[in-house]
Amino acid sequence: MAQEPLFEPWNDPSEKPLIQFKNVTKRFGDFIAIDDLTQDIYEKEFFALLGPSGCGKTTMMRMLGGFETPTSGTISIAGQDMNNVPPNKRAVNMMFQSYALFPHLSIYENIAFGLRRTDMAKDAIDARVNEMLKLTRLEKFAQRKPHQISGGQRQRVALARSLAKAPKLLLLDEPLGALDKKLRQDTQFELMDIQEKTGTTFVIVTHDQEEAMTVASRVAVMDEGRIIQVATPDAIYEAPNSTYVADFIGDVNLIKGTAELRVSSKPAEQTTPETLEAPADPFVDDTPRPQPNKLGEWLHDKVLSPIIGERDEPIKRLPPPSAAELTATPEVTSDIPEGGIALNWSDQHPAIIVSNGDEAQDGKALTFAIRPEKLNIAKDKPDAANALQGTVIDIAYLGNVSTYHVELKGGQMIKAQMANARRLAKRDITWEDTVWVSFTDTAGVLLER
Amino acid sequence: MRRFALIAVPYLWLLALFLVPFLIVMKISLSDIALAIPPYTPKLDLTGGWDAVTSFFKALDFENFEFLTSDDLYWKAYLSSFKIALISTVLALLIGYPIAYSMARAAPEWRPTLLMLVILPFWTSFLIRVYAWMGILSNEGLLNQFLLWTGLISEPLTILNTNTAVYIGIVYTYLPFMILPIYSTLEKMDDSLLEAAEDLGCSRTSAFWLITVPLSKTGIIAGCFLVFIPTLGEFVIPSLLGGSQTLMIGKVLWEEFFNNRDWPVASAVAIILLLILIIPIILFQRNEQKQREMEG
Ligand SMILES: Nc1ncnc2c1ncn2[C@@H]1O[C@H](COP(=O)(O)OP(=O)(O)OP(=O)(O)O)[C@@H](O)[C@H]1O
Ligand SMILES: [Mg+2]
Repeated sequence: MAQEPLFEPWNDPSEKPLIQFKNVTKRFGDFIAIDDLTQDIYEKEFFALLGPSGCGKTTMMRMLGGFETPTSGTISIAGQDMNNVPPNKRAVNMMFQSYALFPHLSIYENIAFGLRRTDMAKDAIDARVNEMLKLTRLEKFAQRKPHQISGGQRQRVALARSLAKAPKLLLLDEPLGALDKKLRQDTQFELMDIQEKTGTTFVIVTHDQEEAMTVASRVAVMDEGRIIQVATPDAIYEAPNSTYVADFIGDVNLIKGTAELRVSSKPAEQTTPETLEAPADPFVDDTPRPQPNKLGEWLHDKVLSPIIGERDEPIKRLPPPSAAELTATPEVTSDIPEGGIALNWSDQHPAIIVSNGDEAQDGKALTFAIRPEKLNIAKDKPDAANALQGTVIDIAYLGNVSTYHVELKGGQMIKAQMANARRLAKRDITWEDTVWVSFTDTAGVLLER
Repeated sequence: MRRFALIAVPYLWLLALFLVPFLIVMKISLSDIALAIPPYTPKLDLTGGWDAVTSFFKALDFENFEFLTSDDLYWKAYLSSFKIALISTVLALLIGYPIAYSMARAAPEWRPTLLMLVILPFWTSFLIRVYAWMGILSNEGLLNQFLLWTGLISEPLTILNTNTAVYIGIVYTYLPFMILPIYSTLEKMDDSLLEAAEDLGCSRTSAFWLITVPLSKTGIIAGCFLVFIPTLGEFVIPSLLGGSQTLMIGKVLWEEFFNNRDWPVASAVAIILLLILIIPIILFQRNEQKQREMEG
């Protein structure tokens, strides 16, 4: 699993995108559903759209399917401008959010519907439909009508119907929302399997971020008709570009403060060589910017580091987490590297040390975002880069983990998640305890908006 | 007990307004014609005791029904009514479906208005509207005047007192009964079904035949019965707009009853008509039930 060749066509300049949105705007009357959206989606991607209700996910899908035309801008699929191509002339199938099953046809005929519109032979159709029925575990219901099956079964019929024609591009609008957890996980893996076998490109809308994280090659977080961030699931989780994304994906603690350059012995010398080093890399353009080029960073980490060793400058954005990092409780060390940012946020607490903070952010009002599972809590003051004192207000027991709601001095609430390694009765932290919340200097990120 | 009362209400209604009149008509159809008031015998005289009742039942027979088979006027009238009802139903469907379809496709804010326009004719008496058609279709009527004025014809067309006028009258009168059930099924139809059909490779036309028509089937069937059933026994339209050659069972019934004062034969005609209509009525009920199941 770990050593598969990396699938990152979006980082490959020679790769041609399958779908291109170019400055697409969609208005319904005065209402702007999609706002000047430009986005590439590549072949064989599993592209997940995430966002609050009404942010324009379905509208984006409907434009891809050909049911809405953009008010302005162009959408092209495989290089062809799609604006005047009707839905039945597109090699695209869509699974509708409302399922849109044909009520007068049996489940079997619903699934066969698309195949019957082609010149496929009768027995080939039969074989394909049976394959789909088996895949979605609907064999028993083949002869029933849609109103005679349950909601989850209907959803599976809709899925089977859209899969039957094995389209080049499959649009799934909340395909698994009505399924129970077990069946949903099975179907997710089934989808990934189908995608691997057929090379179909998937665009999927989901409200379930766990699902997006599991299946997607990239996740797009949308808000009010715009895409706020597009990145791989781990990058979007570990390095959100805004508090909106950080808050939308998973749980997060947000602390507002003012950035200050960290007092370090030799800050100037530390930063100079790094900016000089950058132009040496042919992939990195040399326009000045607050953060190093992502591609350069990636090249360094994946290709150059075994040869020339780890970068010695502080990492400015978090790298994707290793498997060990994801499972282990954060290790707290006092071994704080030089540089970075200290965030002044309260007069009752020390500044938060963020050694991966960008020094160019000095003096700005920033928000520090840290995931609950990156926090450690203890009764005694630990030896950590950051340790904040507070009182346990509430403990939510979630089985494998517990979430501690800690009120820091001054009123800031913090959520910390700890694995329940011990039995409930054996744990020593309870309500009203005074505790120390600690985290490393690289556990969180500083966000400008 | 309350439950029972609730169920009993419709049955009592049916008993009072359908079964009792039916039995009375049935009884008359089994009687003989007589010069009396009312013009048939025997009459049930309950004061005569048990003997009177038994002699009353002995006097009843199926003579009138036998008479209906002996004269070919009657079965020809039934057949001709059937033909006219069938053709009218098809015509009403051909005209009504596109109207219902465009109503269902119209912008939602227009639909109540359009629906109102369909129902509007009911606000005037049916008889007045049929008389209005006489004014339109007669030789000096509005239609002929208009056609002469445009120069399309040089001689006035004879429409009134022909079968054509009967068809026009029937289709005009019963069109709303065709439009409304079809509209109600089409309006309920989810547009995303058509989108799904197109998505799966249908053209607009084939999506219409494969999705829209099958889904409005119950509406089509209901509309057809609602036109066919009353048309079969229609009397006013053929007698006002039709000519002497227009043969319909409703007209025959009227003539037997009022012109010949032969109540027993008229009753027999009515009973047969009712028996013929029971089949389509049962089919209609089945269709309604099926639709309810589909929705439930
Ligand atoms: N035909 C339409 N006419 C007017 N407004 C529309 C139309 N279709 C969508 N909208 C509006 O556009 C916005 C985006 O709708 P869309 O269906 O894309 O949301 P969504 O992201 O799919 O939401 P959900 O997660 O609830 O499905 C919504 O505010 C919706 O009200
Ligand atoms: Mg939606």
